[in-house]
Formats: sequence, C-alpha cells, structure tokens
Amino acid sequence: MNSAPSQPVIRCQSLYKVFGLSPGQLQFDNNGLIDRSFLDRKDAVIAVHNVSLDVGAGELLVVMGLSGSGKSTLIRCLSRLIEPTSGTVEIEGSDLLAMSEKKLIELRRNKMGMVFQNFALLPHRTVLENIAFPLQMRGMKRAKYVENAMKMIALVGLDGKENSFPRELSGGQQQRVGIARSLAVEPDIWFLDEPFSALDPLIRKEMQDEFLRLQSMLKKTIVFITHDFDEALRLADRIAIMYHGNIEQIGSPEDIVLNPATDYVRKFTGDVPREKVLTAGSVMDARKSEEELASRSVRINDRVGAIAEYVLGQPIPVPVVDMHDQLVGVLHQTKVLQILFPDKDTKTDS
Amino acid sequence: MKILLNKGLSKQRRTQGFLVLVALVAVLLLCKYFNLLPEFLDELPLHTEKSSIDVGYLEEASYDELVPVGAILDSAFYFLRDDLGVGIVTRFLSYDILKNLINIFDNILLGGSKGFGFGSPPWTTLLVIVLILGYALKGWRLALLSGGAVCYFAIFGLWQYAMETLSLLVAAVPVSILIGLVLGILCYRKKSVETMLMPILNVAQTMPHFAYLIPVVVFFGVGHQTGVIATIIFAAPPMVRLTLLGLQKVPPEILDAGKMSGCSNGQLMFRVQLPSARNEIMLGINQVIMQCLAMVVIAAFIGANGLGQRFLHKLISLKLGECVEIGFAIVLLAIVLDRLSRAWAEKKRDYTANLPFYRRYKYPILMVVLVALTYILSGYFPILDKIPRDLDVTYAKGWWYLTDWVVINWGSSLKGLRYFVIVDLLTPLRDALLYMPFSSVLLLVGGLGLLLGGYYSALLTLGFLVFIALAGWWDRAMITAYMVLFATFICIIVGIPLGIWSAMNERRARAALFWCDTFQTFPSFIYILPVIMLFQVNDFAAIMAVIVYAIIPSVRYTIEGLRNIPPELHEAVTMAGCNKRQRLFQLQLPVPLPHIMLGVNQTIMFAFSMVIIAAFVGTIDLGQSIFKALSETAIGKGVTLGLCVSFLALTVDHLITRWARERRQSLGLG
Repeated sequence: MNSAPSQPVIRCQSLYKVFGLSPGQLQFDNNGLIDRSFLDRKDAVIAVHNVSLDVGAGELLVVMGLSGSGKSTLIRCLSRLIEPTSGTVEIEGSDLLAMSEKKLIELRRNKMGMVFQNFALLPHRTVLENIAFPLQMRGMKRAKYVENAMKMIALVGLDGKENSFPRELSGGQQQRVGIARSLAVEPDIWFLDEPFSALDPLIRKEMQDEFLRLQSMLKKTIVFITHDFDEALRLADRIAIMYHGNIEQIGSPEDIVLNPATDYVRKFTGDVPREKVLTAGSVMDARKSEEELASRSVRINDRVGAIAEYVLGQPIPVPVVDMHDQLVGVLHQTKVLQILFPDKDTKTDS
Repeated sequence: MKILLNKGLSKQRRTQGFLVLVALVAVLLLCKYFNLLPEFLDELPLHTEKSSIDVGYLEEASYDELVPVGAILDSAFYFLRDDLGVGIVTRFLSYDILKNLINIFDNILLGGSKGFGFGSPPWTTLLVIVLILGYALKGWRLALLSGGAVCYFAIFGLWQYAMETLSLLVAAVPVSILIGLVLGILCYRKKSVETMLMPILNVAQTMPHFAYLIPVVVFFGVGHQTGVIATIIFAAPPMVRLTLLGLQKVPPEILDAGKMSGCSNGQLMFRVQLPSARNEIMLGINQVIMQCLAMVVIAAFIGANGLGQRFLHKLISLKLGECVEIGFAIVLLAIVLDRLSRAWAEKKRDYTANLPFYRRYKYPILMVVLVALTYILSGYFPILDKIPRDLDVTYAKGWWYLTDWVVINWGSSLKGLRYFVIVDLLTPLRDALLYMPFSSVLLLVGGLGLLLGGYYSALLTLGFLVFIALAGWWDRAMITAYMVLFATFICIIVGIPLGIWSAMNERRARAALFWCDTFQTFPSFIYILPVIMLFQVNDFAAIMAVIVYAIIPSVRYTIEGLRNIPPELHEAVTMAGCNKRQRLFQLQLPVPLPHIMLGVNQTIMFAFSMVIIAAFVGTIDLGQSIFKALSETAIGKGVTLGLCVSFLALTVDHLITRWARERRQSLGLG
C-alpha cells in the first residue's frame, strides 16, 4: 500500500486558506512569502499555509495536529466545503476548484463521503432516513434506497436500530450512523474529520477497530483527521503533522518516530513507545550464515511490541520473513531489549 | 462605522463622559431653579390640537412643533396610496382576495350563503374534533381543557362570535407564518436584507397596536378583512426573528454534512436547514397564534367581527359582567390554541413501521367516524346541533353583584389607596419629569448611552429622543415615560422578590412558571377589565393594568435566571460556608443579573404596549392621542405618535440589552 501510485487520487499543491481574504487577494513578496502586514491590516488569519500533498489510491493518510492547527480547514478545502484562497486541488486528475456547482454536487453524490466530529446527524430523521439521505438527494427510488441503507446498517452493526432517532442512540452508535451515511453512496474517497474525538476512550478503541475492519474490506482512499497521535499511529499508512497551518512532516509512522524533522514533531514522538511503531523489518539484522535460528518466524511488518514476548522467550535469534515467506533477516534479542528499554540501555552502555 | 464608534472608548473614559454630562444636567436644573435658564433650553414647541381636551398647562404652549412630521407623513402616505396607486393594489388584496378567503372559512365554520352554501356544522362536531386532537397530542387533560372551551362557547351563547374569531385566526395565522418564513429565509440568505429588515422589525414590535391600525385603515379600508390584515402584519415579526434564529443555530457541521450528501441549494434549505430549525420554527408558529389572538380585541376597533367586537361593545357600554363572560371565552381560546400548538410542536413523531393501517391512523379514523356520528345524531336531536338561545346560560349578573359588593364594602379603602397613589406618588413624579428642562433629559439619556455603550449608543438614543422633541410630542411622551417608569418600578420591587421566592424550591418555581405562561397568553385588553371593576376609570386604574400585565416577565426571568445558575457554583458557595443571606447576595443575585435585567427590559416593553392600551381607561399621554388619531384616521399624526412610543421603548431596550450583553461577557457567560 505504501508503494507510490501511478496517479494520486487526491493531489493538492501550494494550498492556502486565509480567512478574511477572498480568492485572488493573497499577495506574495519576492521570496514567495505572504505579505504579513497586509494580512494584519485586513484582520485576516492564515489557516492553511502552503500545503502540498498527494494521497494514493487505497492509501490512508492521517493528518495530525492540535486544535487550531488548520487540519479541519485543510480537509474542508480538499472537499471544497471551504473555498481555498490560493493553490490547486485535483481529484483523480480533474481540477476540483474549477468545477461548476453542478459538477461538484455530482462528485459529492458519487465519489465522496465524509464523517464529522459531532456526527452531524439530521435530528428529525431516523437512522434509516439519515443513512438514506445522500441516496435520496441523488433521486434514488424508495425501494432501492431502503435496500441500500439497510445494507449499510448491517455493515456498521446497527441492525434493529433503523427506526430510532439519533437522540436515542449512544455516541458510538451515532457515529456508526455517520459512518454508514458517508459510505452509503459507495464513495471512492472518504474524509473523516476527527470521527472518534467526541467518544469515550473505550468506545474510541472499539470504533478504531471497527474502522480498520471496514477499511480492510473496502480499501477506500482516506484522509483522516485527528488530534490524537496514538490514533494516528494505529491507523495511518502515512501521517502528516500540521502546526500553525503548515505541514511539519509527512511520512510513515516509523519515519516520523525515528527521524522527526522538526522540534515540534520531536515533542510528539518523544513519548511514543517505540515498540508500538517499529516493525521487525526496521530493526532486523542480516543473517550471519552460521547462526542457528528459532523454529517459528515473525513477519517483516509485525510491530516489535506485538512479537517481543515471543522473541525474548527464545534463547536464539528469530527469523524474519516477508509477505511471501522468504527469509529476509534475523531479529536479535538485544535489539528488542534496546527498543523496549531505551533509557536502561544507554545507562549500561556508559 | 458601528465598529469604529464602539472600539474607541475604554470603560473609564465612558464613565468620565457620563459624569461630565450628569454634572451638566445638575447645572441645567440649578439654572432653572434660579430662573436663569433661557426658554429654548427649557420648553419645546408642541403640536397643537384643535379638538384638544388637554389639561390647562399643556394648552399654554400653543404654538406649532419644530418639524411637522405628521403633515409630512400624511402627504407621503397619501402620495403612496393615491398617486403611486398602491391603494389600488392594497384594496384589491383586501376586498377581492382576502375577503373571499375569509368567506370560505366563515362558511365552513358558520354556514351561510357566502361561500359554498353548506350549513354550519353542529357544535358537537367541533367538540369531538378538539377532544380527539387534544387527546392524540398530549392526553386527556388537554382533551378536557379544549372540550371544555368548546362547551363554554356553546353554552354561554357565544358560539357565533367564537366561530367568527376562529375563522379570522384560520385565515390570518397561515399567511402570517408564510410571510415570516419567507422573510426569515431571505434574511438568512442575504445579510443585506437582514440589516435592512431588523430595524424595521424593532420598530414594528415596539409600535403600539393602535398606531398600526391607522395606516392599515388608510390603505385597506375598514371592515372584517382589514382586521385580518392588521392581525397578519402584527403577528409576522416574531416569526421572521425565530426563523432567522433557528436557521442561524443549525450547527455548521450539519450544513457540511448536507453539502457532502450532495444537496443542491434548495434541498439544503428544505430538507436540512428548515427541518433542523424545527424547534424555533414551531415556537414561532406558537408565537404567531398568540399574537393573532392578542389582536382579536384590538382589530375590533377597525371592524373585525367576533369575540373582540362583542367584548368591545360591552366594554364601551360598561356591561362589565358580559365583558367578563366574553373575556373568559377569549382567554380560553388563547389557552387552548397555545396548548394545542405547543403540544403539536413538542409531539414526537413515531415512525414505527409495520403497524396495520387502522392502528397507524386510529385517531383520524376515530375522528371521521365520530364527526359523521355527530352529523347524523344532530339531525334527530337539535340540541346537539345548536343550543337554542333560550337555553343560554349567563353568569354576567353575578359579576354585577360582585362589583357592587366590592364598591360598597371596599369602596372607601380602595378610594383611599387610589387617592394616596395619585396625589402622593404619581402627580409629584409626573410634575418632576415635566419640570425637567428637555435639554437636561436629552443630556441624561445621552450620558447613559455613553456610559453603557459608547458613542454609537449615545448618538442612537439621542437620535430617538430628538425625533420626539422635534415632532412636538415631548410633554405627552414624558407623561407616557413617567407611567412606564412608575409601573416598572413597582414591577421590579414586587416581581423580582416574588421570582426569587418562587425559585427557592422546585415545585413553587414550576407552579410560578405555569402561571406566568398562562397569564402571558391572555390578550392584553383582558387586563383592563378587573382594573375597571375595582378602580373605575382614571390614571391609577391605567397604571394598575400596566403593572398587572407587565410584571409577568420580571417574575419569569428572575426564576429562570436563578434556576440556571450552574449547580457547581452552588456547591462551591456551600463549601465556602455561605449562609442563606450570603448565598443570595453573593451568588443568586449577581450571577443571573444580566438575565434578570433582560426580564426587566421585557417588563418595560410590556409596560409601553399596555400603557397605550390603558389610554382606553383615561390617561392623557401619547396613547390618548393615538386613540384620537385613530378615530380621525389621521395617518401622519398616528404614525408619528406610534414612532414616538416606539422610540422611547427602543431607547430603553437598547440601553438595557447593551448593558446586559457587556455584563454577560464580563461574567464569561458568552
């Protein structure tokens, strides 16, 4: 999934959103920087600053940032709920920002789905009617949209709740409705704006599992917004970290934890338990020919945390295999210990 | 410009400015005391009236006002009506469209030859309809209440009038709602419409009912349908506001969700935004019904039929007993319509699928069956069709005896009270206000504006008062102001403690809110009745009517404010070891004060609207002149007077809401 796709599904380049300015009003100086004094005069605020990114087909990009970092604005620019001030957004090669109102509606009715932080369910509609809403907007016949919506209800595990109103459901159930609604049109592109942030920690974990299950079945192209770094690590193929409207770093979870690009990113990654991020592949050594290996092997993309107990229980190194069960390296117990106890390790060294 | 004017001044500077102006006011008063004040700072030229019944000292200043606003408006309105041909359109609307519409409803409810030629339905038909409606919407209590009301109309011989009023409502309410919805949506869609419409709504909602009637008469003629038009115009503003509020309160995420579901603009409005604003819109509909009922009596002044007209006839001939009977019918109608519409608004719709047809539609089916039954039965038993005149019951005589008894037994003590209030309180207050040079009043109000809101508020409030001064109604406006001031003062010292006492425990609070709700549904004219019965016709009676009517919001807002204090604040205060008195003065009064002040503001607005109606029982303020203008159809004068009242009210409203907003912000309550 990490392999570079031929054509990205979503591509945005030098995207700016400045609240308080209309498109075309943005002024750059000779270095390509924004004229700040002009913004001050206009009482304008930069929400998204020079963001460029690609999302490949079937890729799950998590945009991580604290509140006010511009991540919600970014996702709304990508879905054109907000008109960007400058820059381009392409969806499967066609220019999103040049689309007419009609084409945009067409696109949303067929290609895009979005899940919202506070669920954004229509209070006057039942679960079924909420999920069927985008289908109704498309003008689908009643029998057909009821059938489709019932399928979605089964998919998110809400059977029997179809005639309840949103206010009668728990937060987790409400978000399941939100998810079902966003999937009802069978979109290729799935935007999720902090979908689990309003939920209790236990429910959040459950919903993340549910989300991973759905994604393994559906293989959508996803932009997922969160302020929770653990959530980002759990779900992401790639993570983009935003700060003050800029993308500080974009890369795989391992990449970000091992090579933080800026101080800001380092602050986040400092406390991250490395065994949760690093895979066997990233810490294995090449096999020395004479080495004797344990009988059971581990996979190259297993997280160290998940296999540590087994590896440390073996007296001898453990073989690492790739997707096709080919031996690609060995994992030494000392390496695993170094990852699990980084502080102790440095003390014994010195 | 608004922002510019507001930003500049710190609170300290505003206070300084205020103090300087107050000092100036003191200087002016001293000057006047020592006869040093030049005439042009003291008295204003007033509007003179030929058929004036003014008391002596008002007549002395008998030269013309500075700006003949009334005459200007006169020619403007007549230019609009006659030269621009607006009159043709409005008369067409009134006589050709609305009259026919009303005839249809009249015909359905009352029978007769005007519309389809049906006979009138039996009274029992309406009875079973409201019984089932009440039961289906809320339960047997509401069913009994509504059924009781219908029986009341039938038994007390008010059937015809009640049905006329009902048909007026059936014609006016939907039109009002539609106008409100459309304007509300326009305001939401276009900021420019909102900025244009809001000041008009402000004036419209503070303008006395009677001042409305004059332009309506000029443009639409006199008659039943004109009453309906006045009702429609009067009831629409709250609907506009609540529609706008509802639309603005829809969370942006829901809008995003709608857009991402592929809604077109129309779909977004009608399938996402309006349904999401359902609560406010339902409240708006309820408000429209209440406002329409409030107009029932008032519209009778320009020829609307029904209970209102009947009430008015009896009131003018001082048949108070009959008035009570009719008044009670109006109140019943108001309460029933209020409760039914609210129950409908709160009704949870049940979409449970797979119910068999007869169970899903059990109430409509039951209704059809019973309605048919009443038709058939009333063929055999005429009493089920109409209660014959000679069976009419009346308790009007009882009220006569009661009034007589009150006058005979309490007469002297009531007279004593009246005498004391008029001679020792009202007259000195009025004279004090009239003694103040107009320039000092302007300075004082401008100073308050400066203190509470900065330059913008100062200029706005000054502008309002200057209009009154130039239009030549200063003295009468001061009389209106003094009555409102006095009534408000009494409302505050009675209403707020009453509210605090009620809020102390849950049951009392709920009971008090229930009574506030109920009293608020009474059309304002009703309050005149008991007051006349007890105090006859004079200033004191007028002020009593104002107090009784205007005290409701003071009580209600106090209770709401106290009950909305977050429980953790109560806990914190308890843990800090406060006793009851400390809790009251440290927490329960200061924290909800902005909300209580909004209640006081409402009280003042109610007082302004009532004081004009109370002119009916004899005052010499703006209200009296509005009545006179109405009887002469003097449009320019009437509208000018209406604007004077409206501007007085808006001045107070602006100052208090400004203060409350700032205070709320500084308390961190948003």
